[in-house]
Amino acid sequence: MSVRVALHSPTGSRSFLERGLLLLVMLIFLEGTVLTLGAASSPDISAQDNTGGGHDRRDDHRGIAGSHEHTNYTYTKKAFPVLSLDYHHIQVPFEISLWVLLASLMKLGFHLIPRLSSIVPESCLLIVVGLLVGGLIKLAGEEVPPVLDSNLFFLCLLPPIILDAGYFLPIRPFMENIGTILMFAVVGTLWNAFFVGGLLYAVCQIEGTYLSQVELLPCLLFGSIISAVDPVAVLAVFEEIHINELLHILVFGESLLNDAVTVVLYHLFEEYSGAGEVTPTDVILGVICFLIVSLGGIAVGAIYGILAAFTSRFTSHTRVIEPLFVFVYSYMAYLSAEMFHLSGIMALIACGAVMRPYVEANISHKSHTTVKYFLKMWSSVSETLIFIFLGVATVAGPHAWNWTFVSVTVILCLVSRVIGVVGLTFIINKFRIVKLTTKDQFIVAYGGLRGAIAFSLGYLLDKDLFPMRTMFLTAIITEIFFTVFVQGMTIKPLVDLLAVKKKQEAKRSINEEIHTQFLDHLLTGIEDICGHYGHHHWKDKLNRFNKKYIKKCLIAGERYKEPQLIAFYHKMEFKQAIELVESGGGVKLPSAMPSQVSMQNIQPKKLPPAVAERALPQFTKGREEEIRKILRSNLQKTRQRLRSYNRHTLVADPFEDGWNDFLLKKQRMIELEKKMTEMSNYLTVPAAPPDSPTMCRARLASDPNAFYNIKASSDGVPTIQVDLASPQSPDSVNMLNEFSKRGATDQGLGQREGATRDEDQGLMMKLSSAGKEEKEEGGNKNPGLMRCLSDPGPSNEDEEDEPFLP
Amino acid sequence: MNWPLYVTPAHIVRLYDRFEALDKEKTGHLRPQDFGAINRLAMNPIGDRIIGAFFSPGQETVDFHSFVRILAHFRPADKKHPKDPSMPEPVNSRTSKLKFAFQLYDQDKDGKISRAELLQVLRSMLEMQVTEEQLESIADRTIQEADLDKDDAISFEEFRKSLEKVNIDHKMSIRFLR
Repeated sequence: MSVRVALHSPTGSRSFLERGLLLLVMLIFLEGTVLTLGAASSPDISAQDNTGGGHDRRDDHRGIAGSHEHTNYTYTKKAFPVLSLDYHHIQVPFEISLWVLLASLMKLGFHLIPRLSSIVPESCLLIVVGLLVGGLIKLAGEEVPPVLDSNLFFLCLLPPIILDAGYFLPIRPFMENIGTILMFAVVGTLWNAFFVGGLLYAVCQIEGTYLSQVELLPCLLFGSIISAVDPVAVLAVFEEIHINELLHILVFGESLLNDAVTVVLYHLFEEYSGAGEVTPTDVILGVICFLIVSLGGIAVGAIYGILAAFTSRFTSHTRVIEPLFVFVYSYMAYLSAEMFHLSGIMALIACGAVMRPYVEANISHKSHTTVKYFLKMWSSVSETLIFIFLGVATVAGPHAWNWTFVSVTVILCLVSRVIGVVGLTFIINKFRIVKLTTKDQFIVAYGGLRGAIAFSLGYLLDKDLFPMRTMFLTAIITEIFFTVFVQGMTIKPLVDLLAVKKKQEAKRSINEEIHTQFLDHLLTGIEDICGHYGHHHWKDKLNRFNKKYIKKCLIAGERYKEPQLIAFYHKMEFKQAIELVESGGGVKLPSAMPSQVSMQNIQPKKLPPAVAERALPQFTKGREEEIRKILRSNLQKTRQRLRSYNRHTLVADPFEDGWNDFLLKKQRMIELEKKMTEMSNYLTVPAAPPDSPTMCRARLASDPNAFYNIKASSDGVPTIQVDLASPQSPDSVNMLNEFSKRGATDQGLGQREGATRDEDQGLMMKLSSAGKEEKEEGGNKNPGLMRCLSDPGPSNEDEEDEPFLP
Repeated sequence: MNWPLYVTPAHIVRLYDRFEALDKEKTGHLRPQDFGAINRLAMNPIGDRIIGAFFSPGQETVDFHSFVRILAHFRPADKKHPKDPSMPEPVNSRTSKLKFAFQLYDQDKDGKISRAELLQVLRSMLEMQVTEEQLESIADRTIQEADLDKDDAISFEEFRKSLEKVNIDHKMSIRFLR
């Protein structure tokens, strides 16, 4: 958006750059000064004030109370403080808010400078900002607050990012590549940890380095901390390079699943660093611990996910708190897992992934949007804060720089990663159908970024047990900086240079969906014929089980019967309708399209015949239906306006072509409004409970032109019920409902409307379909519909297009 | 009998075991009933089409050679050996796999998937859970999306084009036939 703005004013782009830079610098100074102020009014000073008495408001109260109870307390009266500064009172929340504000403003600022954000990934810039802020605070002579405190990081900053990742995890590619991902995550991380730890120990033993006091176990511990690929950093960098789905899911999946390994290794080495040795029993216990940590984490997450799904089944009357359930259950899953020292990250992922299909089928469209927006917002802020804090923590120190240790660490990490990836790919390719090429291997190796998790784990180390903790921290920070800056900045040009396949932008078409399902069935059948219990067999079994038992429990109402294809189709239609509305009705449509202004001039600009003829053939049936949808939705918007237009401004309108035409149109408008109100009744959110079949049939029966009315009565109950209740959101299916009705009527009227004169007129006629008299269903306006239609959500990512259960 | 080059001896042994297991009456041929005896296949929405694909038009039985030949379609494509233009298209190439799938849609073998055929497939896949109108609108939309030459049917080329983003090699391969 800002790029477009910048483009609009080419001469002004330089001023934007200057403005942007000024803004940034101002913000940094502001932040620095306020934090300094805050640090200045630190507890000891205010404590002095307290003991001094009479300054703090609370103190006054205490003083007054005291005067009643203790007679030896003399209350000295002074002037009533009209205005007083009490920073201490609000210090903590204020500082937190200030940090969050800084993070968000930084994010804004970077996008105002388009060239910068295209060269340097955001994470780098944020670290630099953190460095600046930390530097400012230090310059002011105050103590830099320990911002990347492990508790804060693990309990507040990390969960939103992981939940966001887990909830929107593309399940199908994840599951298809799960073997590869697990290999990289488990075996790869183990390899890295031991390789780096072991070789570091060997290097430390060399005479000239003065590092001989570093023992084996601390080295291994260090190795295990530094070897884990960090999901935050990977997300931050990979998001910007738009790499193809396979590579993205490989690196990202690895970064998520290696948490279990890291947790186990960390605790194992930490425990036994004191003892000084690790016995084989410990190793076996470690393996068992790993299994418990990972499977336990997933189990905890899955349980909470099912609970959340079950809860969402009953929320149809309290739509406003639906998003809350998603967040709270997920957070509790994380905390419960952390309580038992299980893998919290895996719990979150499992929770999000398990609950998503069911929750999305149950909650309203608005709640869905809310969940999406909040998750994206929180994860974005968290990510920004993490990087800024990394910068601040770097300045805070304390540091113990040791050239050998640090440089060897960096080199070893790179080397071990490359060897690990190449070696593992060699083994993995024997089992994969689609092999990983050298290019893929390079990206996977190069994309192994380290991040704040490593730092926090290092920070957690006990100072007494690990005297070289500061050295470790310095090395970790250097490694993080190296990967984020060097690898993060160069990965984009390298991706372009190597011509790695990029993410496919186009959405999934209905063709793809149908054919993919068809092929799934085909492959399942072939596997059954071969007697081979393969991938498809189990997937099919899981789907059947899901459909038969689970969906019944967890999805509200009748929606569980809805086949996945229909859900997808509705979603697609709905999305397309929204897009057409948003884009102003499509470029191909001449005049009379959804902008409010043009609605008033909906009348006849007579198109030159050439244009009309050119325009006409473009209107295939599908397009017409889309047009109808736009009109419907936009007429809703302008209905108010139209009323006044009809009553008051009709004479004054200079574009009037003829009174008769106008009256005809007015009549159609009114009929359309009736249609709209009827439709808006269906579409109000919260969703009304689905009508009983008899009601539906009655409603449909009142429409004399609905051809499938005949069908309706003959088909029996299930078809109608599914029609109205099957929507994924109430809105979309009723569009379909209307659409089908229209389709039916269209077929009847199509012949009549043979040669449509002018575009808008012709379309209008089709819509109103020759005088249906239906009684008004109450003229309630439905701004909800427009809001609903006008807000497509944070971004059009293809996670949305993923079918629930692949 | 010359075995096609695209299946290894190990595969043949394994498939022969399976063939014998299916051939309960030991006639050396498989009939549609033998396929029908596979329980899971009966639950498959397009089970009968798959069975039908094994039998060439007019034939009532399928011998081992044809059995293997059909299943060889699902072998992962061999990327190592470059395509030799003089040799016929290998049976497990992307095009052949797509052609096999296409033939399952196109029951009357006219080279196009007509609207009626598409509706049939949709009906069997969606198993009576939707109304006829919904099916028709989906079919309409599908054809509208894929149909480039506007003949209201999907030809093989259009079918192939609509699946260009899907990794057919991955999707239509069975692991054990590696």
